[in-house]
Amino acid sequence: MFEVGLGHYLTLGAIIFTIGVVGIFLNRKNIIVILMSIELILLAVNINLVSFSMYSQDITGQIFTLFILTVAAAEAAIGLAIIVVYYRNAGTIRVEEIDKLKG
Amino acid sequence: MEYIILFLPLLASFVAGFFGKLIGERNSEILTSLSVSITAILSIIIFYNVVTQDYNNNIVIASWIKSGSLEINWAINIDALSSVMLVVVTLISSIVHIYSIGYMSHDPHKPRFMAYLSLFTFAMLTLVTSDNFLQLFFGWEGVGLCSYLLIGFWFKRESANAAAIKAFLVNRVGDFGLALGIFLIFYIFGTINYDEVFKLIPTIIDEKINFLSFDFNSIDLICILLFIGAMGKSAQIILHTWLPDAMEGPTPVSALIHAATMVTAGVFLVVRCSPIYEFSELALSIVTIVGMATAIFAASVALVQNDIKKIIAYSTCSQLGYMFFATGVGAYNVAMFHLFTHAFFKALLFLGSGSVIHSFNDEQDINKMGGVKKILPYTYILMIIGTLALTGFPFLSGFYSKDAIIEFAYLKGDYLGYFAAGAGVFTALLTSIYSWRLIFKTFHGSYNNTKQPIESVHESPMVMIIPLIILAIGSILGGILFKDLFIGQESSYVFWKSSIKFLDPLSIDHPPIWFIILTPALVIISIPVSFYLFVKNKNVTKVLIEENRPFYLFLKNKWYFDEFYEFIFVKPLRFLGYFFWKKVDGSIIDKFGPDGISKIIKNFSIKAVKFQSGFIYQYAFVMLIGFSLLLTLLILN
Repeated sequence: MFEVGLGHYLTLGAIIFTIGVVGIFLNRKNIIVILMSIELILLAVNINLVSFSMYSQDITGQIFTLFILTVAAAEAAIGLAIIVVYYRNAGTIRVEEIDKLKG
Repeated sequence: MEYIILFLPLLASFVAGFFGKLIGERNSEILTSLSVSITAILSIIIFYNVVTQDYNNNIVIASWIKSGSLEINWAINIDALSSVMLVVVTLISSIVHIYSIGYMSHDPHKPRFMAYLSLFTFAMLTLVTSDNFLQLFFGWEGVGLCSYLLIGFWFKRESANAAAIKAFLVNRVGDFGLALGIFLIFYIFGTINYDEVFKLIPTIIDEKINFLSFDFNSIDLICILLFIGAMGKSAQIILHTWLPDAMEGPTPVSALIHAATMVTAGVFLVVRCSPIYEFSELALSIVTIVGMATAIFAASVALVQNDIKKIIAYSTCSQLGYMFFATGVGAYNVAMFHLFTHAFFKALLFLGSGSVIHSFNDEQDINKMGGVKKILPYTYILMIIGTLALTGFPFLSGFYSKDAIIEFAYLKGDYLGYFAAGAGVFTALLTSIYSWRLIFKTFHGSYNNTKQPIESVHESPMVMIIPLIILAIGSILGGILFKDLFIGQESSYVFWKSSIKFLDPLSIDHPPIWFIILTPALVIISIPVSFYLFVKNKNVTKVLIEENRPFYLFLKNKWYFDEFYEFIFVKPLRFLGYFFWKKVDGSIIDKFGPDGISKIIKNFSIKAVKFQSGFIYQYAFVMLIGFSLLLTLLILN
């Protein structure tokens, strides 16, 4: 059997982070997916924090993770609320159609 | 008094020009006419004083330039020569002002017209009363400017604008010569005041100067350069092409500027510089030859023209030729006399033709006139008087001045003199024929205008006829009254004194009697001959034209001068201008300069705009890339 070490955790974190980032940039459909991708990135960070906390026997990292989870929940709520309001105004949440910044 | 003469026209011009709308058309007409009339009266008083009391005066108005040894004043210099010019200019000008009230009555821009006329009078007066070459040049350019403005007065007509520009450009050529002459005078003498220059002339008789890598006698060179200026202004052959085109201007302008006064400025210049010309045999010969050539050339062209004003314009050209060869043979006073009488009868002819044009509702082609001598009795009689005076019919003014020129040329006694005399007689014959052709075609025969019925032709109003009558009186009496004063045997001592210099006293002999009778005889004979040719039996002229078609076309096209210039100067210059405009300026300077830079920036910004897609995820992606690059950099360091 092989030992599950820090490296594996970090690799998992990196993979999840990458999935999140790619999810943001390759996403052509709707904004909710972007929001979900952001959550994924935050999760990746959390995994990193927890694994380093275990590795260095320091509880601070895990406490920090709890804070981040709280903030992420709040953030998701606000983000969804914005999307609802935007949908009411613009009638769409398709990413390709949201280009008001176009010069 | 001199101040009033000089500045009243300027003031009137200023008021009429800038406040014409404010004071009304009628008032600006009255104001300018009145001011110029007052100056005319004052000028006559001055002339009278000069004649009776040897009045001479040099009034310095203000210092103009003071730089090292160069001292130039604005001045009013009154002597015999300038007093004659004063009378001619102000008298003709005032008559033309009054005439214009009638002639321009249908024009919407009367105040502007009157302002230009008055401004011209002012410029001409500064020219003739100057005591140095620079003020002369100022007046010279001033009258050129007014001429330009007045030729192009009807600025909506394209031909008028073209004629105005042509006049200005051709005059530039002459003015360049004049300017060079003045520079040379300053270079040699260090001063350009008449008195000082004329005093110093005898000291440099044999001096040579290198110009364009040739050695010239300096006096010859000065004279020739000044004469080039005179040629431009006085429309002598080579530089004459602007004068016929200048007839695009209103007729009063043609009478005042292009017949009586401005074009005689060249003659005035040569006469004024007689102390220089007297020392240059070469320059005098050139003046004689050019004058002679112009006289014959212009008279021959006038024979076949059909535009009433162009005929008279070429006639003016030809008469100016007379004046020049008079100066060329050293008879400056006779040239001035012809200038004096010519001003009257040529202004009369021009204003008369203006009256004809006015009567025919702006028709200028003499082939479309005829048979109206009963309808326009005043104009007819006045035009006849003008023509008689011009052709030199005995005892009218032209007779004394023109015959005197021919006689003095004969008395010169050398080949050139005889040749000039012959040319003078021949030109007198041509003059007589074309003048009577004009009269007969305009007033006699049958009515030839198909466009308007004969009933619509009407005599001009009195405000136009009365000035003509004054001029007619001048044309009849001008010669007989003033001949002793101007060209009498003692005139150079009694009247002209120092204003004209005669190195050798003029010959007091008389030419043989047959020669004296020759010109008047030819002139008188040509009247019935022209009547026969142009009224009685028109077939003769037709046959003549048919048989000599190439020669006829040669004359009709004015010796092809315009075509020649078009080919030699205008076309290459136009091509060059077009080349520099389109190729050098457009394709090189602009393309690599302002246009090119702005194009690059524009293209760049179009590309940069594409970058701003408006999709947030793309912005975020860029941010991420940048962030990771930055991070990598930090780590590597």
